[in-house]
This record gives sequence, structure tokens and C-alpha cells, in this order.
Amino acid sequence: MTNGWVDIKNTDMMLIMGGNPAENHPCGFKWVIEAKRNRDAKIVVVDPRFTRTASVADQFLQIRAGSDIAFLGGLINYALANNRFNHEYLVNYTNAAFIVKEGFKLPEDGLYSGYDATARTYDKSTWNYEEVGAGAHASDTHSHAVQSSPVPPPTLPPNVAYDLSLQHPRCVFQLLKQQYSRYTPEMVERITGIPRERAIKAWETFTSIRQNGDMKKAGTIIYAVGWTQHSSGTQTIRTAAMIQLLLGNVGRAGGGVNALRGHSNIQGATDMAGIFDILPGYLKMPVPADTDLKTYLTRTTPKASKPKEWDSFNYWSNTPAFTVSLLKALYGDAATKENDFAFNWLPKIDRKYSWAEIWDDMYNGKVKAMMAFGMNGVMIGPNAKKNIEALKKADFLVVCEIYPDETSEFWRAPGTTPEEMAKINTTVYRLPGAGFAEKDGTFVNSARWLQWKWAAVPPPGDCRLDQEILARIFLKIRGKYQQEGGKLPDPILKASWNYTNPNNPSLAEVAKELNGKALADVTDPKTNTTIKADQQLPGFAFLRDDGSTMSGNWLYCGSWTEAGAMIQRRDPADPSGLGIHANWAWSWPMNRRVMYNRASCDLNGKPWDPDRKQIWWSEAKQKWAGNDVPDFKPDSDPKSHMGPFIMNPEGVGRLFVPIGAVADGPFPEHYEPTESLIANPLHPSQSNNPIAKRFKSDMDKYGTPDQGYNIICTTYRLTEHYHYWTKNNPMNVQLVPEPFVEIPAELADQMGLRGGEKVKVTSARADYIAKAMVTKRIKPMMVDGKKTYQIGIPIHWGYRGIAEDAGKTAKTPANYLSPAAIDPNAYTPEFKGFLVKLERV
Amino acid sequence: MSDRKTLQVQRISGHPGPVAGAGMQREEQVCKLIDTTTCIGCKACEVACVEWNDMPFQPTMFDNTYQTMPDTHWNYWNLIKFNEVTNEDGTFQWLMRKHQCMHCADPGCLAACPADGAIVQYRNGIVDFQEENCIGCQFCVSGCPFNVPKFSPTTKKVYKCTLCSDRVGQGLEPACIKACPTGCLHFGTKSDMLMLAEKRVKQLQTVSGFKEAGTYDPQTIGGTSVVYVLHDASNPEKYGGLPKNPRIPLSFTIWKNWFKPIGLIASMMAFAGVILHYVTEGPRRPQPQPPVKEVDGGEGKKEN
Ligand code: SF4
Ligand code: SF4
Repeated sequence: MTNGWVDIKNTDMMLIMGGNPAENHPCGFKWVIEAKRNRDAKIVVVDPRFTRTASVADQFLQIRAGSDIAFLGGLINYALANNRFNHEYLVNYTNAAFIVKEGFKLPEDGLYSGYDATARTYDKSTWNYEEVGAGAHASDTHSHAVQSSPVPPPTLPPNVAYDLSLQHPRCVFQLLKQQYSRYTPEMVERITGIPRERAIKAWETFTSIRQNGDMKKAGTIIYAVGWTQHSSGTQTIRTAAMIQLLLGNVGRAGGGVNALRGHSNIQGATDMAGIFDILPGYLKMPVPADTDLKTYLTRTTPKASKPKEWDSFNYWSNTPAFTVSLLKALYGDAATKENDFAFNWLPKIDRKYSWAEIWDDMYNGKVKAMMAFGMNGVMIGPNAKKNIEALKKADFLVVCEIYPDETSEFWRAPGTTPEEMAKINTTVYRLPGAGFAEKDGTFVNSARWLQWKWAAVPPPGDCRLDQEILARIFLKIRGKYQQEGGKLPDPILKASWNYTNPNNPSLAEVAKELNGKALADVTDPKTNTTIKADQQLPGFAFLRDDGSTMSGNWLYCGSWTEAGAMIQRRDPADPSGLGIHANWAWSWPMNRRVMYNRASCDLNGKPWDPDRKQIWWSEAKQKWAGNDVPDFKPDSDPKSHMGPFIMNPEGVGRLFVPIGAVADGPFPEHYEPTESLIANPLHPSQSNNPIAKRFKSDMDKYGTPDQGYNIICTTYRLTEHYHYWTKNNPMNVQLVPEPFVEIPAELADQMGLRGGEKVKVTSARADYIAKAMVTKRIKPMMVDGKKTYQIGIPIHWGYRGIAEDAGKTAKTPANYLSPAAIDPNAYTPEFKGFLVKLERV
Repeated sequence: MSDRKTLQVQRISGHPGPVAGAGMQREEQVCKLIDTTTCIGCKACEVACVEWNDMPFQPTMFDNTYQTMPDTHWNYWNLIKFNEVTNEDGTFQWLMRKHQCMHCADPGCLAACPADGAIVQYRNGIVDFQEENCIGCQFCVSGCPFNVPKFSPTTKKVYKCTLCSDRVGQGLEPACIKACPTGCLHFGTKSDMLMLAEKRVKQLQTVSGFKEAGTYDPQTIGGTSVVYVLHDASNPEKYGGLPKNPRIPLSFTIWKNWFKPIGLIASMMAFAGVILHYVTEGPRRPQPQPPVKEVDGGEGKKEN
């Protein structure tokens, strides 16, 4: 979230789409209700089903799963046409005025400029800003290219051409207008199935907070995996970000783009590099071309790119300090200036190692073993049957869990005969883990708060804490390397492991390590404060690139300082009433509760809304002051025109994303889901996302309407259950005892189907049997002139659990049905909006 | 609020003569406010109720709804009723109403009950069953206009929501109130809750366009200690059978007003084995004692 849970209470308007927070985040949903009750805030819900969230909304629109960009593109078109944006914010805080390079082409035919059909990739060199004075030789700006790579990737020009009047035909604003002028209400209706008058009414309502550009009010966009789990998921979220920039909602109390994370610590997992292409703190993973630290840092450290008269903080220019401090945390004394701080011990990624690719590699015999901690691998991935087949080919599998789960018992998946079982040679090791109430440590919530929790009870019996299990495995492996050597022993032998109890490191020690400390005395020249060697660092401003500091994650620097564990604070005081609660836990970065909060003020540093003062420029002190911590250079006078979006080299928010930072285009474009009932009404010849990945194994099949797959299916979770755990808990099973399929009443009538009767759902990959829940909450819709039905399946059941063990279910995971088609940016599979057929059993 | 102040007995079922201590206190009536317009049907209150009252699990079956079971049960006192409603103007609503004992000012259950001390009404408005005095005749079941009391074939006694009289007696809010994440449940004095309800009703009418929004506090039974805010107070039936004008069945009214003294003598003779228990000594903890293991055998839902 750019903002936070509590901050939702400050809003005047909510668009809740791609998420069902009343269902999946009931506790956080109290802030939605607070805003409704105390500010008369309005809620617009857009979802394929009438959900629990929809039940308390002011407007509900039923949308076809996977057509979100069309609806949001229509919203942009509406806002532009009806003066529902703020000119000052737009011109100064976004790249609306930047001029785009000649040769850039919008996707009227479904493709941006630079598409290579054979490689299914884009050459992104035209996806860039124009350099002042640069004519035909704009590409000469590639001076900082990686030497060893044959075609240097494009870089941003330091001196960007711009037009504050927004009239230049190639300025971002004009291109934006042109791009979304195609998203007319008629087109949106054809694509999304939302009747145009309903769509217009929703757009009118949401943008009403910016009537004639008035900045007093703020609106928020709230989403979850209903947006990410598509083959164009990242672009959907981009569209939301663009809307919020256009409306001047980013940085403001009650505004922002707010991702609701689906697990208690998913944000922490992401921060700590739970994705293959990043290191902790969102540093980029090295690639083979990064032969030394300098090459890596040159590639990954952005240079400011802005109009000459403006200023840009370009905070990622500190990448060297963050990286070296991470290397010092990883390798301690063994990381020296002489050996490039052991940079070459870091793994380098030669290709994609995302979730679906790992399973594909295992299926193809390339990955031989898997350790599954804190996840039920068979259940959570798409095309789950393939994952089961993949595990049959592995040498061994280690599962750390608190219940017997489908992954550790993949060999008894439904339909496996005793003969087949006898042929499976995978060795399965089950490790008894500890449950969440048995562990201490932190959760990082959606609001980026690091909150410490204390163990309620000790783990029972032989169960062990995760860190003990991992530490023991690591030390055993290290022992082996010590005795027998190995190919590249240094990263293992020399990893820093200075815990009081090496076999069971205390998480408090780990948390302090993540914060980081000084290794020699370091002084901040501005404030003249010195942090003595061995002292905890007060914040990332003290991180150095010379090896004199260490920090396991620069974003967490400031969380456990000499003053103590900020993450353990529990002071609920909120003097400003804005829900900042500055002394409750600690949020990254540097305890800022609303990111980019410089944008909550006008150009002169005055809050847009005097009733919701977050920060402001104090002329007397020549400093930014505020109720929240300014997310900005503290002494940057507004006159210097430094952009509020300090993490972008431009200093401003990106309506247009240059040089392929988003792989499928500088502006989002609607593409049909991988499996779709219709050809894309915008460009039938390029219906799907041209660079979304599909797999080629014999088990990766994708269905078409011609094959009879004529119903759209989407998957989701229920309030009453938590993923695949609670099917083992009688209380939750009591609340919702069995799996079901939600089916529109009209479709059920046609099929002669009654609630409670069993239905079989079949996709190109597998089938799934459960009882029908016949409901009026899903209505038939007209999509591109065709009557279209959607059904929905909650994902919670598998082949181990109370109902399963009692023989009450068909024991098949819902993800047997979903396709492995993945988004080209975040690599998220398309769990929502695939095709099935439906029969009575 | 101390135990003594809040759990003052006001009426006693099947009891001759005045209630000792009645009228001694002027403590205000407590009230639970349920704003159905901000309830998200998360069932946190259902779980809190089961856990606080330490109830054995009730096996359930899929029944084509998100509702946990068709109706409350002797060991399931608090149930969100889910209703898919298509209104006359074509608008669609998914209504969720927290259903439990309404703690009527004029409780039909109490009026109907012949057993001395099986049902008491405290001065704070809580209507409480004292299972040790329950004779299992189930008159209360027919006396209740909301179909609330439920009979356990195992213990041969009747159970229902106590408004957490044990918690309230200690100055705490009921368990469901504490668990509710959205704050659609409130607890306080009746006048405060009515004020809050009115405020919300006004907001629903003026801001959200629910012209028929209103408070449900039916005067036909003298009002209730559980009050709803409804989007459409003109038609409470659509919230899962909330009666518009709930009434105590006539037979029980007559019984209560005219024949009770006679009937009582009769019943006292008939149930000579029933130990008469004076509640005048003060309040007691009204916790039911459900059997340790599930022996009911009744399925909460039937399969279609
Ligand atoms: S709702 Fe029924 S059980 Fe509850 S007090 Fe009223 S009559 Fe008695
Ligand atoms: S806890 Fe509150 S919001 Fe949840 S179902 Fe109960 S009354 Fe409704």
C-alpha cells in the first residue's frame, strides 16, 4: 500500500476492484466502514460476483473477469474528457509534460513499436523520452551500457524535453489521451459486459472528488490478487496508478494505490526477496553480464532524468550504499574492498526462475529436489496436476508443515493407483514446523508496518521453529563443504553466521542484523551526528558504499536502532487524528505512513487540504515538517522544484513508463485473458498479451470456445477459511463444511440444476467436482454481443482435511483447473478468468 | 457496572408474588445495536459466541448458502442470516442479519414459561434462561415471536443467547460485540444505542438513498434490548423473517394476564418434583452446561 489500513478512514471515495476486502480482510475493512460512517465516503465495487464487499457498497458493477484494464481505461478517458484532474499536480508531479521519442507507436493494432514476433519480445528503444536537442541520434545516450552485452539496454536521457502547455503531439499527456480515447463507453461495454450507463455512472462517481480540478477531496483505490492474477496483471495495477496520478490522489491521506496483501507477512516476504529477480530491499538480482560489482552497480543505479530546470532526488542513486551494506551483512569480514565485497558470491540469474517455471523445470527433469516451507506447493500453483506429476519425477522433497498436506502427500493424489504409487521414487521428508502463535518475530502488514509479535505458546512435541530447522540444515551443509569441499564453497563457508545460538538464531538478533549497524564510525556531514562502530544505525541515510556499514535490508534500516526495537512499540496515540500512529510499530521507509507525501502539498508546499495536514514546508525552519515523516529531501525548498516521486529518476510519477520497466508497454492496453470467449474487440488480430508466457509441456493445454469451453471461471477465497490450513480445524469446517461452485441462477435453470446437486467443471487441463451453489449474485452478462456466464470456485479444499478425510469431497484441488499463463512482469499466473465447461454429475 | 447493579431481577417466570428487590434500582437498560447496513457477514460474532460459551461443535452440511446453518441451534445461539433479495425496483441486495435473542421488554418466552425461575428478566433488559430450573416443556419456544429458544433432546432443556449476562455483569461487552471487526455492532445503554441508530438512519436516508431506512425496536412487545438498523424498515421480513409486528401469541397473553396465578398453582402441583428456587437472593451465572460430547445427533442442515 502507498498508504495504510488506518488511512482508509480518511478517504472520501473508494474504488474497490480486484479485491474483496470484506471477505478476505474483514479486520482491515473496519476502516472502510469508518470512512463511510464518518465522512460519508462512497464505495464503488467492481467484481465478477456480487461479493460480501459489494453488499455494503454504494454501487456494484459486475465485470467480466480479466477485463479490468478496459474499465479503468474508460475511467481515464472519462476523467480526461470531463476535466476531472488537477492541472498543477499533473504538470508538476507526473511526466505528463515529458516528450516521448519519435518512433514510439501506440498499440492501435495491439502492438507497441519494436515488437519482434519470433522472439515474442519488444525492443524498447523507442519507449523513451526525447532528449533536449536530440534529433535523429537520440540513441547515443546509451553511454552507460553494460559493455559485455551485445545490444546495450536503453537508458533514460539526463535532460528530458518537455512542454508545460501539454500541447506537443508527442508529450505524454497527448499520447495518454490518444491511447484511451479508444476506450469509449461502447467499447468498454463490449469488453467488460458492464452496461455503458452503469460504467459512466461509476466513473462519474469516482472522479467526482476532482470536480473541475478541485483538490480538497481524496479517493483511494483498493485492490488485491483479483488484479494481479491475470496475464496482464501488472498493467492493471499500472492503470490504477495512472488514474491516481491523474486525479492527484497519490501521496494524500485517504488516497493512494492500495494493495491488500493476502497473508499476514506477504509484504515481508516480498521485501526480503521472496521473488527470484530481486535481492532484499528490491535491489536487482545480478545477471551473468555483471562480471564485477562496478558493472552491476552501473547497470542498476539509475541516473536522474528530468527537465533541466527541475530537481530530482533520485533516491535509487544510493544503490551502491545499499548493495555494499547488504554484502557486508551477508558475508561479514570476508567481504572486503579488495574482493569487490564478495559480489561474485551472489547467485546470478541467467533466465527466469519464477514459480511456474520452477515446476515446469521439475516436470522436465531439470529440478531434482524441492524444499517447501510455509506453502502448500501442490495446491497454490496453476495447473496443479502437473505439479503432482513433477514431484513424482523429483529425487526428494522436504516439507515443513504443521498438518499433513497435499504437497507432502502428493503421491496419494486422487486417481493414483497402488501400482502407480509403487513406481514413485521420490523420498519425502516431513519436518514438524511451528504454527504462527508458537513463534515470535515480525509480520509486515499491507501498510508496510513491521510489527513484532510474541509467541503465545511453545511448539508442541518435536516441533521446531523455522529458523532452527533452517539453521541446522545450513550448518550441516556447511560442515559437508568444510570436509569435502565443493564447486564454489565460499558463499557457504564464509556466510556471516554470528548468532549467539548458531543452531537456533534468535529472531531479535536477525531483526537487528536486518536493520544494520556501523562497522566503523560513520558521520552524517549534514547533521554532524556520528554513529560509533558496532552501534545500530538510526536510518538508511547512514548506509555507506565503502564497507563501513552493514544492513540486511536497507528498507528496514531504522527499525531496530540504539533506541531499541521500533517494531515492538505499542503506543496507539494519534495526535493529528489522521491515523498516523507514529509510535505504533514501525513502517518502512523510515516510519513514513503515507508514501510520496510531498504530493499532499501544492507546489509551494502547502497541504492541498488544510483539514488533512500530513506534511508542509516550514519557511521559518527552511525544512519540511509534518504529522507524518516527510517522504522527501528534508531541506529541499519548493522553489527548487524537486519531484515528489523520489524513487523515480524523473522525480515525478509515471503516466508513461519508459524503457520497459513494465515489459508489455509504456501504457496499459486491454488484452484478452489467455483463454477467452471473444476476440479482442480493440484488435482481434492481436487478442492476447503478446508477451505473456505460456508453457509448452504436454500437460500445459489451453482451451478455446471451439472446444466447448464456454463458461468463464474464476477462483477465490472465503472469510471462513484460511487457504489450505483451516480445513483441518473443526471450527472453520463448521462454518463452511464443503467445497462448492457458485453458479448463476439463470444458468442453473437452463441446466435444470438445483443447489446442492453435484456439478463437474472441466477445463482443458482437468476436472473438478463439487456441489452447486445456485445464486442470484452472479448474473448473466452480454460480452461483445454474446450472452456470457461466469462461475466461481473457492479454493480451500484438497485431499487432506476434515471433510476430505471423511469422504465428503471429490478431493481434487481447484487449481487442477487453472492455466499456467503468466504475467510478463510479476510472473503471476492467471488464476482468474479462464475457460471451463459445466455439466451435472 | 458491577454485577449487583446490572443484573437486577425484574420479572420471574411462573413465580407468585412480587419480585424481591424490584424497583430498587434505576439503572439504565442495556442494548445491543446491530447495524445490518455495515455488517459484512464475516461470522466473527458466530465464532466468538461459540467460543465464549464453550459450545460443542455442530456438524453442518452444505445448503446452497453462505449461512452456517438454517436456524440457530441449542448450541449455536448467534447466526448470520444471508438473504439474496431482488427488490421491486429491480435492485439487488445481499442482506446479512445477525439473528439471536432480541431480549424483548415484554418477553413471550417468559410469559409462556410455567417453571419458576427458568426465565428471568433483569432490570437491565437481559432475558436469561436458568437451565437448572427449566423443565423442558418448551412453552417458551411457542411463546417467542422470533423463534429463538432451542430445545436440546439430550439435556431436555432449552437454550438461547444470554446477551453474555456473565460478561455484562462484570462490566464487559458481549462477546459478539468484542469480536465484530467492522464496528457494525455496538453495545451501551438503550437510549445511547437508539441515538446512534437514529444518526445512522438519517445518514442512510440522506447520503445513501435508502428512503425507507429505519430502526427496528418493535413496540408491539414493548421494544427490545437488541435493536437493528435496516436499509428498509418497511419490510423487515426480507432480512430472513424478521417479523414486522412481533406479538406474543394470544394464548400466552391471556395466560399471563388472567390465568397465570391459577395455572401456576396447577403447574406447581403437577411438577411437584421441581425444586422451587428463589432468585431473590441475587443474580447467578446463567451459563448453560452443555454435555461434554456431541450427543445430539441432529444435523444442522439437510441436503438438497
Ligand atoms: S426473542 Fe424470544 S427468547 Fe428472546 S426474549 Fe424475546 S421472546 Fe424471549
Ligand atoms: S462480526 Fe459483525 S460484521 Fe461480522 S458477521 Fe457478526 S455482526 Fe456482521
